[in-house]
Amino acid sequence: MATAVKAPAQDGGTDVGVIQKESVVVRFAGDSGDGMQLTGGQFTLSTALAGNDLATFPDFPAEIRAPQGTLFGVSAFQINFGSTRIETAGDQPDVLIAMNPAALKTNLPQLRKGGLIIADTGEFGERNLKKAHYEANPLEDGSLDPWQLLAFDISKQTLESVKPFGLGNKDALRCKNMWTLGLALWMFGRDREPLIDWLKNKFSKDEVLRDANIAALNAGHAYGETAELSGPLKQFRLAPADAAPGLYRTITGADAIALGLVAGAQLSGLPMFFGGYPITPASAILHSLTKMREFDVTTFQAEDEIAAIGATIGAAWAGHLAVTSSSGPGIALKSEAMGLAVMTELPLVIVNSQRGGPSTGLPTKTEQSDLYQAVYGRNGDTPMPVIASRSPADCFEVTIEACRLAVQFMTPVMLLTDGYIANAAEPWRVPDMTDFEPFPVQFHTEVPAEGTKFNPFLRDPETLKRVWVKPGTPGLMHRIGGIEKSYATGNIDYSAENHQRMTDTRKAKIDGIANFIPDQVVEVGKDHGPLVVVGWGSTYGPIRQAVDLVRSKGHDVAHVHIRHLWPFPKNLGELLKRYDRILVPEMNTGQLKTLLRDQFLVDAKPLNKVSGQPFRIAEIEAAILGMLNQ
Amino acid sequence: MNEITKIVPATKPDDWASDQEVRWCPGCGDYAILKAVQRTMPELGVEPHNTVFMSGIGCSSRFPYYMETYGFHTIHGRAPTIATGVKLANPKLDVWLITGDGDGLSIGGNHMLHLIRRNLDCQVLLFNNEIYGLTKGQYSPTSRTGTRSPTSPTGSLESPVKPCAFALGAGGRFVARTIDTAQKHMPDVLKRAHANKGTSFVEIYQNCVVYNDGAFDQFTEKKQAPQTQIWLEHGKPMLFANGTKGLKLNRETLRLEVVDVVDGDASQVIVHDETNKSVANMLIDMPFPEFPVALGVIYCDPAPSFDEAVTVQETKLKAGKTADLNALLRRGQSWEVH
Repeated sequence: MATAVKAPAQDGGTDVGVIQKESVVVRFAGDSGDGMQLTGGQFTLSTALAGNDLATFPDFPAEIRAPQGTLFGVSAFQINFGSTRIETAGDQPDVLIAMNPAALKTNLPQLRKGGLIIADTGEFGERNLKKAHYEANPLEDGSLDPWQLLAFDISKQTLESVKPFGLGNKDALRCKNMWTLGLALWMFGRDREPLIDWLKNKFSKDEVLRDANIAALNAGHAYGETAELSGPLKQFRLAPADAAPGLYRTITGADAIALGLVAGAQLSGLPMFFGGYPITPASAILHSLTKMREFDVTTFQAEDEIAAIGATIGAAWAGHLAVTSSSGPGIALKSEAMGLAVMTELPLVIVNSQRGGPSTGLPTKTEQSDLYQAVYGRNGDTPMPVIASRSPADCFEVTIEACRLAVQFMTPVMLLTDGYIANAAEPWRVPDMTDFEPFPVQFHTEVPAEGTKFNPFLRDPETLKRVWVKPGTPGLMHRIGGIEKSYATGNIDYSAENHQRMTDTRKAKIDGIANFIPDQVVEVGKDHGPLVVVGWGSTYGPIRQAVDLVRSKGHDVAHVHIRHLWPFPKNLGELLKRYDRILVPEMNTGQLKTLLRDQFLVDAKPLNKVSGQPFRIAEIEAAILGMLNQ
Repeated sequence: MNEITKIVPATKPDDWASDQEVRWCPGCGDYAILKAVQRTMPELGVEPHNTVFMSGIGCSSRFPYYMETYGFHTIHGRAPTIATGVKLANPKLDVWLITGDGDGLSIGGNHMLHLIRRNLDCQVLLFNNEIYGLTKGQYSPTSRTGTRSPTSPTGSLESPVKPCAFALGAGGRFVARTIDTAQKHMPDVLKRAHANKGTSFVEIYQNCVVYNDGAFDQFTEKKQAPQTQIWLEHGKPMLFANGTKGLKLNRETLRLEVVDVVDGDASQVIVHDETNKSVANMLIDMPFPEFPVALGVIYCDPAPSFDEAVTVQETKLKAGKTADLNALLRRGQSWEVH
């Protein structure tokens, strides 16, 4: 977060009451029925259109509509945006918009001291205060003195603004989020037009709701314009961020994966089959793909996680780019079938949108605790490549890489993302597909000479991948299965020497992938020195910002972020050994740390967090400084 | 009811046999079923390279290794899921699923339910031997209550599932039953199953010579067969015991009854209408030995298959659209940085 790097500029704008800033963190918080995710999403869009860099953090409960006003029903959306490079959703919000007492109570601890609270007094009645376990009204008892407070009746303002449309009280109050969004748009000097267009489209079938929501949005904006400017309500101005020229859009991790899969299918020249079973936070990928049928995408909602990967294996055998997706507990259910895909050497992409575990754990919160499961979690010696994306936009390229590895090595590949990446959005410079190297698949169709039997385990001598033969190919009938097969004929063979040879071959094939992936690069800093911070996945943002921060104070620290987690890039061990100390921040209890120690015998030190929340920059910064001072 | 076209065979039964040595116990009912299938394939007008045999785990699931077709020996209970992927990816393939009472109705019961209700176009041959053979003789979900086995030494306490009742309850559109030794009838049942476009569920009573020998003797024993078996034929009266007995629907109790047919007068005997689901349920449920065992095509009332429905919908959704990935990436609101 840029605010932590540079102190925000003070009043210095040309207009009275306008503050110029480099970056701001805003958190919208309300009841899970208040539409905070929608509000945040639309605010994100307007931020992107204003040319700011941004990162978002949707933080919502597992309950769909928890009892109104309760602490566990609070849904929040945080966005960090600015004119500088933004890598995380921000350690501490500068502005908290609290739609009810519960939202205030659960989100206040994160708010920067001196930050602005905007609260809807209409929701701070006795009943709601009690539900949020407040003894006294915090808006009145002085407990909010360390912050700036702007409390007024948003509910009443909204009701008045939509009065002409004759909505019932309940429907009228549901426009509160648009009223609030209107106010936020005014605060940051944003154009309302794109959002009005969006509302027109969203409510194209209900003119009354359309007009009411537009009226609420305009009223919130007008309130800002006409309100007393001497109060804490100020306008902020942020210059557009520097960005490479090109066309940009915002993208969530889930959408980037869906698009990456379609791209992977096109680059491999294959139709795509996607088998999934609904699970949070992975379902969004399936939702997106069902709308992309013209790209030869077949989607299948299976009866369970096992069936989802089963169908995927069947489609892979039949010649599709086959994909399944889930989250931790669902991935566990798929384990046996992954073993079948490894044994039959069929290409699959398995997307794991990790969430807090074990068991059901924290379904809507983020964690990186499935690395062991991805690398080690199957019966037998069952090696499988594992790769991870670092951010929403990064998901596109990583997904294409997963597709490439799957078809070029005839293997299932696990792609690790997480709840944070899946839901969060960031600007994405839209690539041109002609810049990507295609990796077309050649199916095997050559019939062996008369008197010779076809062996489905014919291998490429360089990559060790076996041939891919689609059922329906004349003259190449063969049988595959989970039972051990002969290296030489493909028939059942459990002999000692054959199992040894096949196990060794399966391992060598996956280990050998290291020769076909890029060398590990250093994100920032030197390729040797006193300390390297090593990360993977969505910790990229906070690690990068923390390392930048520490480096700006003159410390020699480097950041290495690993995409290919199994096998590791072949220079990684040698690279890590050039640093005196290795710090591994992870949202688990130390899983990458174990892998690094195991593979390279290096003294990797863990920094662990499993609170369901992403790392704060300050937490990593403190760990780095602590380690440097040892 | 599906039409069966007469086929001039282009292959011989031997063309459908792989070079693999069959590894079932001597005397196992599976041999007879394998033989019947290999005999039937040439008459279906299909080609070995467009044919896929798939299975889960269990004795019967070794079946694909012995067929000179494409074959996939998958994992326990999951063959229906893998078959679904194969068929959706390539609807032209002719898919046969070989399973057993444990594989199909215990560990894979859920998948079997969904396969049948979706009506994926495939033939399911469920070898029912009422025992777990490959794991050495434990009771299975179709074992009769009181079955003594290594895991139930004093007798199992569970009620068995009736495979055909399960299939019908799951919304199956084709339900048939046959016996491993019925070499005359089985090919007819297999041809009918193949002709039906949808999930064709065929239960085959199969004798396990090692762990449950003689389980079906009471009605499979040749001499007794006319009295204990009733072979159903669409549009024909339900007669057995060489035409001396028949089934009657008592319209007061809404139950089937066995009646004597005197002097060939079958006027009170019910005519088999294989599209009648209520009667199909009664036929499957008839208690033995008070009633004969119903065999042949018990129910057939075709409906569009899942794979066909998917293809139709995809064609519709694709119509008039071009697959322009660069345009897809740029869909929605975007902005230009200069």
